[in-house]
Amino acid sequence: MPAAIFEQPLRLEQIPSLTYSATPDRFDQTWAAPLATLLGLGRAVGADFVEFFLERKNYISCLAEDDTITSISPSLVSGAGVRVFKGKADCYVSTNDLSFNGLKAALEKGLAIMGLELPGPHSHVPELNLEPLRDYGTSRAKENWLASCVSMQTMGDVLLEANAALAKQATHVQARRAAYFRDWQEVLVASSDGTFARDIRLTQSVGYNLLCADGEHRSSIGERLGNTGDPSFLTAWDYEETAAKVAESAGKMLYADYVESGSYPVIMANHFGGVIFHEACGHLLETTQIEKETTPFMHKKGQKVANENLTAWDEGLSSEAFGTIDMDDEGMPVQRTLLIENGILKNFLSDRAGSMRTGHPRTGSGRRQGYTHAAASRMRNTYIAPGDFTVDELFASVDKGIYCKKMGGGSVGPTGQFNFSVDEAYLIENGKITKPLKGATLIGEATGIMNKISMCSNDISLAPGFCGSVSGSVYVTVGQPHIRVDDITVGGR
Amino acid sequence: MANIQAIAQQAETIAKKLSIHKYDIYGSSVDETSVQVDKGEPKQVKASNRSSVIVRVWNEQDQIGVTSTTDVNETGLELALKTAFEASAFGVKENAPDFSPMAKAPTVVVNLPKVTPAPVPDLIEALVGAEKGVLTAHEAIASVPYNGIAQREIERFYLNSEGAQRCEERSYASIYLYGKTEQEGRKPRAAGAMRFKSSLAQLDVEGCTKEAIEKTLSHLDYEKIASGKYPVVFSAEAFLSLLSAFSNMYNAQSILDNRSLSTADSLETQVASPLLSVYDDELNSENVSAETFDGEGTPTRRLPLIENGILKNFLHSAGTAKRMNAEPTGHASIGAKVSVGLNYLVVEAGKAADDAYNLDQADGVVLVDDLQALHAGVNALQGSFSLPFDGWLIKDGKRISVESATVAGDFREVLKNIQHIEPEAEVTSGGICPRVWVSELSITGEA
Repeated sequence: MPAAIFEQPLRLEQIPSLTYSATPDRFDQTWAAPLATLLGLGRAVGADFVEFFLERKNYISCLAEDDTITSISPSLVSGAGVRVFKGKADCYVSTNDLSFNGLKAALEKGLAIMGLELPGPHSHVPELNLEPLRDYGTSRAKENWLASCVSMQTMGDVLLEANAALAKQATHVQARRAAYFRDWQEVLVASSDGTFARDIRLTQSVGYNLLCADGEHRSSIGERLGNTGDPSFLTAWDYEETAAKVAESAGKMLYADYVESGSYPVIMANHFGGVIFHEACGHLLETTQIEKETTPFMHKKGQKVANENLTAWDEGLSSEAFGTIDMDDEGMPVQRTLLIENGILKNFLSDRAGSMRTGHPRTGSGRRQGYTHAAASRMRNTYIAPGDFTVDELFASVDKGIYCKKMGGGSVGPTGQFNFSVDEAYLIENGKITKPLKGATLIGEATGIMNKISMCSNDISLAPGFCGSVSGSVYVTVGQPHIRVDDITVGGR
Repeated sequence: MANIQAIAQQAETIAKKLSIHKYDIYGSSVDETSVQVDKGEPKQVKASNRSSVIVRVWNEQDQIGVTSTTDVNETGLELALKTAFEASAFGVKENAPDFSPMAKAPTVVVNLPKVTPAPVPDLIEALVGAEKGVLTAHEAIASVPYNGIAQREIERFYLNSEGAQRCEERSYASIYLYGKTEQEGRKPRAAGAMRFKSSLAQLDVEGCTKEAIEKTLSHLDYEKIASGKYPVVFSAEAFLSLLSAFSNMYNAQSILDNRSLSTADSLETQVASPLLSVYDDELNSENVSAETFDGEGTPTRRLPLIENGILKNFLHSAGTAKRMNAEPTGHASIGAKVSVGLNYLVVEAGKAADDAYNLDQADGVVLVDDLQALHAGVNALQGSFSLPFDGWLIKDGKRISVESATVAGDFREVLKNIQHIEPEAEVTSGGICPRVWVSELSITGEA
């Protein structure tokens, strides 16, 4: 047996003379050596935890207005963020410079901000042993995704055909828009606990926005589809079906009356109706909110927080759903997280810092828009589970109320108050839809509404969405079956 | 980021190599540091240094292609120019944008010197002190969950292949504090304040702290409000929010896209009460981040939008100005499709103020302090809004905080139903505006 060979540990003074040859246009195993050295440097200086997040992005968007392509906009992005923890406090530094010296400068800036000074030149820099690259980018033919995506020519052709289809189906058209984007992202995470993981993501979305006008009457309706992981998503788009749906909604809403404000029982449609749970409850189950003490659910784990008919999930696993990712932006494999089961709060969504600061276990929910943001606990695919009722039974239970068929956006405030706009609403009288209504906003308070969701139908449907919060804008899925909310305040005229 | 001359030289060399004859480049570099604290301790410090450029390339058919990149080096610039050239094959053929005719016109000299950033410990000390001030002001204030202090340095430039070159540097600092109250049997409430200035040294931390305390405490004894129609007074922040949310009314690109509340014929028509005058005034001395040129290199300037209730001008890019026989106004951002947007709004009373309107003596009036969820509750294409707000019901001159409620109406009616504009204007981050009284709007309180 050969004798073990003693290797001299690295000293700080040697770092400027180190040379690395990491692959410039791909994050692979060659990045292990420089990142391990820098992580070791961070630990040597006294940081409790150090993490690098590297990103390359190739983004393109295309817009068709009426019968013209008015914008094709490619964007090429690369950069890195380094996060340094000392105790529970942290510092995040981002840079465009992916060279060894660029990453080192960012790290040293972070260390200095945390009050950690570089030791003398003879000090040792302990070797930090990263795990072998856990490469999610080699699965499901991800390496071929970017090359397999449609050309600029095809993008333009499809959108123009789609806009022509919309023109045929809609009436009183003032403006038509069809928009598409493709977001290809390669990420690499390396941290001082040995994490070393890479992923490739492909997110695409296409949709319509239709503005109709007749005299003083106006309606505007949008519809968006999303996908992760199918390079042929755009060419497979059934735009005739989407156009029919958008044209019908815009036509019905064109002459709608303004809703009369008040308190009503509400039937919320499935699909994007799930934004109500996302805003009113989902955000409040992120550990980010516990850290700030801005969630009424903070001390409610294991307690009843919702109607016993309500079960809800957040996961990153559904095939090609808009919030699906193989690993989160801290290198952790995603999981299916049970949030609420039969009204009982089961789990929070936690990233690394959230787990450290609140004690709730990580759930693969550390997400960020890109390298300029530190990861935070964020939702992925979030939905209310289907129930046992039929949609007809839900409607039959309402004497006078509002059917919220198409939700707009919404938000939740620092005290749990939420609001949503409703893009397409109808009056329900004696269990039947009687007339379209516009201008409705739903307002309420999170803990209250969760107990008022008394009926869930069996027709769950998921919809893509964009969620903006502390770590930027991330792709998510919202979803639910049709639900009945016993009463909710509707703001209107 | 390399200096503008170096980038111009690189671009010229690469363009020649790629046989590109016409291009322009807009770029910026941002150096930013921000701090958040939690009960006296730093929670997170963020620092970033990022650069980006956006290049536009015209092909032989005068079609335009665009690419943006964060790789602001020779390789990145070459890839961006090449990709933009490829994209130009799909550029619009009609009404393609051109260089701004004012890209070489002189700009105003603004006295906003770049300030050396304060050390991070100074930021932390200032914010910890401010947080402590809020926390100790009243036993009901349980936390300051949203707080931050930031300083930012920005360098930006524009250049084109016809020799236009502009660049400038700015720096500014900001602070925000949002306190949250908790009382037994009462819902938590939150409110806060924000300040901007050129540097940490100039930042009114004390004023921000004081305002955050006053606003937070003013919502302690909240009450439900009965749904109905009320006279409404908008704070500066709230009224500026509405003017921005419905900016398609004065946006030439929106008009050309048929996505505006106005048409090309709306100029010189009465769109608001004669009491109202609105200017877009990027170069106003109160604007700590005033930019002297827009994304196309056009100089910025004071532009009357509404004067005595009459719509006077639209915001223009070079392209919209050409199509509508006007001049570019300094409001463009370059992209595959040039967009047009507001800079810095200044609202002034169009005629002498009426002393009959006094909040200290008002009764049954709702003062809307802060409009929320504008991204969700505004239908800019229809002119309608239905928005949650923080505010007070004024009863016999006393302010009673309103529990969760929305205010709804039509923006065009709001402009026409302005009853009074107070004489004293408030400086905010988005502009300058006095409080604005509107005759009647729908308020919905939570049942």
